[in-house]
Parts: sequence; structure tokens; C-alpha cells
Amino acid sequence: MRSADGDHEAFAGVYDALVGPVMGLACRILRNTALAEEVTQDVMIEVWRTADRYRPERGTARTWVLTLAHRRAVDRVRNVQASAERDRRAALLSAGRPVDEVAEAVEGRDERRRVYRCLGRLGSMHRVPLVLAFYEGFTYVEVAQALSTPPGTVKSRMRAGLRLLRACLEDG
Amino acid sequence: MTTSPGDPHAAVGAYVLHALPSAEEAAFEKHLAGCEACRREVDELRRAAARLATAESIDAPPELRQRTLERIRTVRQEHAPRPPRPHRRVMSMALAASLAAAAALGGLALWQHSEADDARARAVQAEQQARGNGTAFADLLTAPDATLHAGKLSDGATAAVVVSQSQNRAAFTARDLPALTGNRVYELWYAAEAGGLRPAGLLPGSGRDSARLLEGPLGDAVAVGITVEPAGGSAQPTSDPLGIISIGT
Repeated sequence: MRSADGDHEAFAGVYDALVGPVMGLACRILRNTALAEEVTQDVMIEVWRTADRYRPERGTARTWVLTLAHRRAVDRVRNVQASAERDRRAALLSAGRPVDEVAEAVEGRDERRRVYRCLGRLGSMHRVPLVLAFYEGFTYVEVAQALSTPPGTVKSRMRAGLRLLRACLEDG
Repeated sequence: MTTSPGDPHAAVGAYVLHALPSAEEAAFEKHLAGCEACRREVDELRRAAARLATAESIDAPPELRQRTLERIRTVRQEHAPRPPRPHRRVMSMALAASLAAAAALGGLALWQHSEADDARARAVQAEQQARGNGTAFADLLTAPDATLHAGKLSDGATAAVVVSQSQNRAAFTARDLPALTGNRVYELWYAAEAGGLRPAGLLPGSGRDSARLLEGPLGDAVAVGITVEPAGGSAQPTSDPLGIISIGT
């Protein structure tokens, strides 16, 4: 039992380190605090359950957990919309979480600034598909429909957009 | 940048964004299994995508922590099917160690899950009405500096203005606008601090859910107003505003 208790402590550390971005991402995608809390809890339980699958050589734990979180949040938003308001999806061409809702003097603001600055530098051709897919849970097919752009082009732009974003972020 | 439709690598971005329909996702994963270069690219792009998530970090409620920590006491951990490593703990130590460093990054932002957010979610549904503006509208709404300003109109409709200073443009969306009788339309106005009003476009009197990019540059506008006007619109308002939404910062 000692070993299990130690694991629980380790998990609490994981939870504390990552619940902020997991919950924030879920809120941004689902726009519903109760659903976001459910997803956050599901993600954290999945992290606990499958921690042994984490491979440090493939990336940081942060990336691993946030990839899981994104998957779960996107699955959930698609389910919610499929069952309740299917046609709402195409209309959800929403702005990001409004910047004015976020207090300026908080920790994490530097990261937000960096990321938003890099998004801003992408240019709309690459930014729009990226934002619609990542933050709204659109498939590339849905993005293509929403923007009246050929699906193959959208796919290519998602890849190019992520590469440009990565280059910009890793520039500092 | 274009790739041939048959190029399986082209899907890597959509895969990382979880934007492939499930059949294509399964096909891509099959391809990944035999493509080391693709796996490397997936890992690299995921790192960038994770930063998009980190930028959204907020405070989670303390009850959630307690609930989750209690729950895991009843959830059994899976063991990966591979030879046991020496000193392997059930909770992956690699995971815990990697997070000690990550904790410093745990950026926290305030989350005000306010009415405004709900209003925004509902107001943007009206985007469908804005098809004519399609791409420009999406461009504005996804601008990194887009801010949303929501409000109620005097007739109970919900309205929101999305503003991007970098694009010097704004969009207006409303839900449940009443249908107008007679030959009348809704007119939108940019209001300057000094009180001057500039026409910013018309919305049809058919009401319901409407959205449009506002005409003309944002300029020095501090608010957006909406009035009911005769067909074709007016140069200056001829009726009291149904609402004025402040877009000042």
C-alpha cells in the first residue's frame, strides 16, 4: 500500500501542474464550465490509468497530457453538438476567448502573449483553419466547407500552419 | 503549398489537431506505424499544439481536485504490455519527474465564465447569416486580438460586437432580434467618444439571428449602437437606439 500512496502523491503533483491548461482548454472548446470540469476529471483519470504508456522520448508529459485533453474535449464538443444542435457547429466560427475577459496581471500572461503573437503572425490563410480545428473542434472537412476551400488545401494549410507556429514559438 | 491527394504525409497537421474524420484518422495511424519521419513530425507539431492549450490556462475549482483525487483511489492503473523495467513504479516516474519541471510553467489566468461568454457562444451562431461575408468574417473572429463585448438590447435580444484592433474592424451579431413591421430595417452605428455617429451597415428587418461585418474602419469608435430605420437606412439615427454596446477597453 505504501507504493500506491506514493503514486497518489505523484499523481497529485501531475494534477496540480496541468489542471490549469487542461481546464482552460476544455472551457475554451466547450464553452461550458460544468462540461469542462467533467472533461478535466475524465482526462486526469485517464492520465492516472494510462500513465505507464507515457514515453518520455516522444515528448514532455505536458504535451502528452494536453494532447489527451484536446482529444477528449474535441470528442465531447462533437458529441454535444451531434446530439443537441448539429447545425450549430458550422455556425460556431467563434472568436477565441475574448482577451478582455482575461485579467492582464496574471501569471501565464507571457505565454498567452507569445502564443497569440505567433498566431497573429501566421496570416489568415494558415491561422483560420488552425484556430477552427484546434479551438472549435472542426474537422478539416468542416473547415473546408466553412471557408469554401478545397479539403486538400485545408489539410496542407493545417500542416503548414502548425509548422510556422512551431518555428515562431521556438524562436522565443 | 500543395500536396498530391494521395500523399499520406499531408494529413499530419490535421491529425495533430484531431481534425481527421475517424476513418482517415485510422488510416493515418496505420501509416504512422511504419513511418519514423512521420512520428517525429507528429511529436514536433504536438509540441506546438500543446502551446495553444497552455495559452488558455485558467484556475480550476478546488473541489475538482478533491473529487478527482478521490476518484483515482478506485481506478486501477493499466500496465503497458512490455517487459518490466527495473524500479518501475505503477505511477510512471517519468511522468512525475517531467512534470516537476513543467510545474513552473503552470500559467494561471482568471476565468470569468461570465454571461458574456454564454452570450458570445450564442451570438456567434448567427454567423450563418453572414455567409456573404464568409471568409472575412472568419478572419476577424479568429484574430488573436479579437475581443467580445456583449449586451442586451431593450427588446430582449442578445447582441455582441467582436472587435479586432489589429484588423481595424468589428462585427456585430444578435440573437432573437424581433421582425420589423413595415418597410424598416435595423441600422448599426459606430459611436465616437465625442458622440459622433457613423453608419456601420444594415441588417434586414426579418429579425431573428443576424450577423455582419461592420462597414468601414473601427477607427476611434468606443461603442456600437443599433436603431430601427426606414428601408435603405439613414445618415443619422431617426429613432432611439435599441442598445449601445461599449467596445472601449
